[in-house]
Amino acid sequence: MAIHKKPTRGLTIVEKIISSHSGNELHRADITVATIDTAMATDGSGPLMIEYFKKMGGTHVFDPTRVLLIMDHYVPSPNDKVSRLQDIMRNFAAKGYGTIISLGEGICHQLLPEMGYIRPGHLVVGADSHSTTYGALNSLGVGIGSSDLAAAIISGALWFSVPETIKVNLSGHMKEGVGAKDLALYLVGIIGSSGANYCAIEFQGEEEELPLTIEGRMTVCNLMAETGAKCAIMPGDQRLQKFYKTIGLPDIKFVEADNNAVYCRMIEIELSRLEPMISCPHSVANVVPISNAVGTPIQMGLLGTCANGRIEDFAVALDVMGEKALASGFQLIIVPASRRIYTHMAENGMLAQFSNKGALILPPSCGPCCGSNAGTPSDGYNVISSANRNFIGRMGNTNSYIFLASPASVAAAAVTGYITDPRGVKL
Amino acid sequence: MKLVGKARKVGDDINTDYIISSRRKRDTLDGKVLAQYLMEDLDTQFASTINPGDIIVAGKNFGCGSAMEIAALVVKEAGIVAVIAESFSRNFYRNGINNGIFLIVGDTSTIEGGHRIEIIADDKKFKVTDLTTGKIIACSDGLPKIMSRILQEGGLVNYMRNYGSFKPNRTNTK
Repeated sequence: MAIHKKPTRGLTIVEKIISSHSGNELHRADITVATIDTAMATDGSGPLMIEYFKKMGGTHVFDPTRVLLIMDHYVPSPNDKVSRLQDIMRNFAAKGYGTIISLGEGICHQLLPEMGYIRPGHLVVGADSHSTTYGALNSLGVGIGSSDLAAAIISGALWFSVPETIKVNLSGHMKEGVGAKDLALYLVGIIGSSGANYCAIEFQGEEEELPLTIEGRMTVCNLMAETGAKCAIMPGDQRLQKFYKTIGLPDIKFVEADNNAVYCRMIEIELSRLEPMISCPHSVANVVPISNAVGTPIQMGLLGTCANGRIEDFAVALDVMGEKALASGFQLIIVPASRRIYTHMAENGMLAQFSNKGALILPPSCGPCCGSNAGTPSDGYNVISSANRNFIGRMGNTNSYIFLASPASVAAAAVTGYITDPRGVKL
Repeated sequence: MKLVGKARKVGDDINTDYIISSRRKRDTLDGKVLAQYLMEDLDTQFASTINPGDIIVAGKNFGCGSAMEIAALVVKEAGIVAVIAESFSRNFYRNGINNGIFLIVGDTSTIEGGHRIEIIADDKKFKVTDLTTGKIIACSDGLPKIMSRILQEGGLVNYMRNYGSFKPNRTNTK
């Protein structure tokens, strides 16, 4: 929908996207009904969404090809009860209400970008909090609950409040051994677990090219959910243009913020000054430089999830591990974020490398991140994970402790058996 | 509308995994069944000592973490009618209202567990009184119009049944 009024003041990226989906020029704190482009539910949220849909008297959806029902939390199904819940989704799709993306295809937040469901300027709602990930591709991804999603697929629209925007300026480049996850954790640490509640977080680079890979941008936008943010959004650049081209979308137009857009807070990050970070139990915002935690014994590692389960992440981990074996007794779990990534890793030998080291390789899924799949730590275990949450009991045992870090830091701990600065391992 | 209930005090950053753990919610959508596990990872006695009409009184960022709506549903099915918190995560704020739970942002620092709390709600504002101490609790204004309407309907299911759908109508719904 075009905006007919001439903008009266500068707009942020998010203000522009919500405006273009409501037909009015909107500013922060406005409340509007806006159309949606794509809606997504997982096997964690989909069955409940379908129950609300029925109770609402739903008889149609706005576009079944844009209602995605993704099975990623319970892969393969661990018991008969979960299998029946997944059947609820299959039956809903069979009635023409949506499109099933089945067990083993991968995690929703990897699949929507990978399969071309995300476009610049789109408004995407996902019944999963880490839907903020889609902002990496210059679109507006918002996490919502199951009843909101049911209402959204019936209406093709939903009500939104227009968030205030925090702007993060990135300058310089990260040093070797420091990755997008370290930037993400650093930001969660300084913003805090509710510091961006109801806000959008918009990123901008000093140079024309944002100094982050597309995978890294997805990691950063993913983690911004842990600040309470409604969404996180990256600008477009040549690297993103190239990404869209590789998935068959050569003609895209990015949404840019106006020069005189209004922000509620500015955060300046000099990337060259960043060091590896680690989030300690039991709050994601409990972030310290990894040097403060070095030496803590670790029994288990998780490499994967929607935060860090991509090729780049596994390549960095293998690079850090080199020829070294896993520390004695260390359990390393590998979960590629999608079947495409899994297949690629099979073809390029990465799976064999992990397997030869004694790692456990799980099918593309959320893995043990939220205790929904196999891979539960034992009592007293310290786990280092590339995931995005470390709450008590998150991985299924309230007597374990979860540290969140970059794939490089997970790999470093896997070969030493304790928290280790990854910059020292490769020497 | 007037509600009176006993305060159940919890702390800051109560996330949805604490409200109901993933290992419980995977087996069923039945909020009544899951309600017996409410907050079990923080306090194994929490669920069994709730009386219908109790009010959760929380610190900052109640309902943070996952967007999973089962957390709001479980709070409701456990018999909790309202949550008063210093602040809410945006997902829980939407999910709670969508399930007809009164969510009030207020200064909860002086309320202790077991206090009797009175909530009087009209279209525009909430009035919260700690009946045990007689203190009036400072709280936010009422909800935005759209949320207030959803709450008045008893939740989003009834709203959708009565209004049919959300339509972008080129007017601001504030």
